[in-house]
Amino acid sequence: MNKEIITGAEALMRSLEHEGVTTLFGYPGGSIMPVYDALYDHRNTLNHILVRHEQGAVHAAQGYARVSGKCGCAIVTSGPGATNTITGIADAMIDSTPMVVICGQVGVSMLGTDAFQEVDVVNVTSPISKWSYQIRRAEDVAWAVSRAFYIANSGRPGPVVLDFAKNAQTSMVEYQPAKVDFIRSYNPAPAPSEDAINQAVALINSAERPFVLVGQGVELGNARAELKAFLEKIDSPAGCTFLGMSALPSDHPLNMGRLGMHGNYAPNVMTNKADVIVAVGMRFDDRVTGNLQTYAKQAKIVHLDIDASEFNKNVKVDVPVLGDCKQTLAIITEKVSKAEHKEWISSFRLYAQIEYDKVISKAIHPSDGPILMGEVVNKVTEATHNEAVLVTDVGQNQMFACRYFNFTKGRSVVTSGGCGTMGFGLPAAVGATFGAPDRTVCLFLGDGGLQMTIQEMGTIMEQKAPVKIILLNNNFLGNVRQWQEMFFNHRYSFTPMANPDYEMIAKAYSIPSRTVVTREELDGAINEMLSTDGPYLLQCAVMEEDNVLPMTPPGANIDEMLLELEK
Amino acid sequence: MDCEQCGKCANLAEKNLSLCERLYTLLVYSENTPGLLSQITAIFTRRQVNIETLNVCASSTPGVHKYTITCVCTEDMVKMLTAQMEKRIDVLQANYYTDDDLFMLESALMKISTPVMLSNPKVSHVVRMHGGRIFEVNPTYATLEKTGATATVMSLYNQLNELGAVLQFVRSGRICITRSTEERLDNYLAKREQEREEIKG
Ligand SMILES: Cc1ncc(C[n+]2csc(CCOP(=O)(O)OP(=O)(O)O)c2C)c(N)n1
Repeated sequence: MNKEIITGAEALMRSLEHEGVTTLFGYPGGSIMPVYDALYDHRNTLNHILVRHEQGAVHAAQGYARVSGKCGCAIVTSGPGATNTITGIADAMIDSTPMVVICGQVGVSMLGTDAFQEVDVVNVTSPISKWSYQIRRAEDVAWAVSRAFYIANSGRPGPVVLDFAKNAQTSMVEYQPAKVDFIRSYNPAPAPSEDAINQAVALINSAERPFVLVGQGVELGNARAELKAFLEKIDSPAGCTFLGMSALPSDHPLNMGRLGMHGNYAPNVMTNKADVIVAVGMRFDDRVTGNLQTYAKQAKIVHLDIDASEFNKNVKVDVPVLGDCKQTLAIITEKVSKAEHKEWISSFRLYAQIEYDKVISKAIHPSDGPILMGEVVNKVTEATHNEAVLVTDVGQNQMFACRYFNFTKGRSVVTSGGCGTMGFGLPAAVGATFGAPDRTVCLFLGDGGLQMTIQEMGTIMEQKAPVKIILLNNNFLGNVRQWQEMFFNHRYSFTPMANPDYEMIAKAYSIPSRTVVTREELDGAINEMLSTDGPYLLQCAVMEEDNVLPMTPPGANIDEMLLELEK
Repeated sequence: MDCEQCGKCANLAEKNLSLCERLYTLLVYSENTPGLLSQITAIFTRRQVNIETLNVCASSTPGVHKYTITCVCTEDMVKMLTAQMEKRIDVLQANYYTDDDLFMLESALMKISTPVMLSNPKVSHVVRMHGGRIFEVNPTYATLEKTGATATVMSLYNQLNELGAVLQFVRSGRICITRSTEERLDNYLAKREQEREEIKG
């Protein structure tokens, strides 16, 4: 048989196709030109989306991955192209998003000589990626690409960086597809220990006031059905982290709402009243736990996770269960006894009612005054029948969006959790439209965050990416302003911000837009946005000094949420 | 009451040994891939733990590298450090030990001043008492080697230093082997080999 001799760059194309890649987000440059040249012949199979900044490429790949469940892929050049991806790599690492970033690199003979656009990318990215590898020979392309996708997708997913030296792109190789599905030093999903399962089952059976904490691990593990079955069998209320919100339908009777600093009152209070807590695919982030000294001290804790280094990292757990939660949840559900906890469940209602009266009703159904962020979010989720994909940027817009958007479908939340990356929203939403082309993608962002990656409006224009951009404009870096109001004596140090005319900007990019200032216009504008084909910018002039409530101040006990601020 | 383990902290009184800082030895095995050392040391830096000694060499298993690292920290911390290390893709195994679990050695080389040695008889006395081995003498200096437990090596150095005899001093990182009859790395590799066959077969 005649083996084909091709370039390393062509081998990359074949390897990507072999991995089932269909969509790439990228930006060309000197050290990656042979790859772009090869890509020219693969445009039918590899849909390359030209972004406007490399940060946009990684965030778009993240948005794509989060909604589709497939690995995102970004291609950039060396040096500044590669360093522009750093924020997205760090973001994907902490939020467990599968992504492969391929950057160009100078040829091996020039490595270490401070050559033009040479940056030591492997060393820069190694602490913030799951695996970072330099391809120095065309012979290694097939193996490295397969290993990269295997690592990015398996176990606790994460970003992988391939630093592709130019000589390896141009030299010739006898191409043979590779399939890496085993690495002896890496066991992505260890078989669950029977002992741990039995201990977990015994604890859960003994529970009178069980409470389940749902994290993004449930989505990543495709374990929504297993979670539901588990909850229903043990009849346990559950709270979701922001990243885990769409793992359980918002209207499920056992879903008690969101956990953490700006989460719901009942689940936070009940965290400190439950006798057994089962945490599934979540990592006890400080934004979820508040003061660790007082967090869930009364409870026995079972922790289901695929990453052993998460056990006992922040919170001491009684029973760690290592494994894929699709598997562990199913086994535990099979073994636990059916239970009923009517009274315990109804005890959540009291706190939910308090929160509704003091916070929610005012936030989503205000009677007068300027438009509020919460009411916009509420109207959009209702108008999309809770079926849309929610993408957010970071700040108050994110907190209100996560508090008031509701979900019926899985893989519907794209928000920057662990990193809190402003500028994430717009490119991530572009990626989401490619990852879930049949769904409505609603993006909420602030005037600060929009301007951090506003250049991606160019990508939206060119691709006609149907992002519904809802700009919650308060003329402030709102979230920081809120903290200044609460903790820095109202000293608004560099948080008021002069804004450009966003409608003019949208117009320049041929994106239809509208600005609403009064409550009466809101429904009509949302309808117009949703019924318009393609992208749309809806700018809402919202109350300037609104605050996200309730709030557990940083370091405070999680059950001591502020529901109102003293004025 | 002071802690019996470290003599410093008062945690024993509170029966909270997990907070007691002591010397741990980590044995880390990895594939022989470049760049792993900086990944491993970065884990210590991030957790603000100082590496006391570090030795890297090929292990008895072909293609497998062995890192011997000592540090002072709590048991909770050393657990987190080893878990973080095992998370690196090319790390095979990371385990931590206390001195009771190990046979261990350190080596030191010293260059000492011949004139000081000749003028002060205490110098040769200290060397002999510690079982130090002098392997070359010239009119300017003598070279001295001492292998043993950290405490003995350091005692020799400190005493010679007090006598003003030391020109140069270097101490190797700790090297050690486990006392246990169980070979954890071999068992791990055997288990993984079996799992590989299950996947392929
Ligand atoms: C890249 C980056 N820089 C700074 C911050 C700190 N920060 C968090 S929220 C926020 C304000 C965001 O303002 P805006 O985008 O207008 O949204 P709002 O809070 O008003 O909804 C800032 C500056 C951040 N999270 N990310």
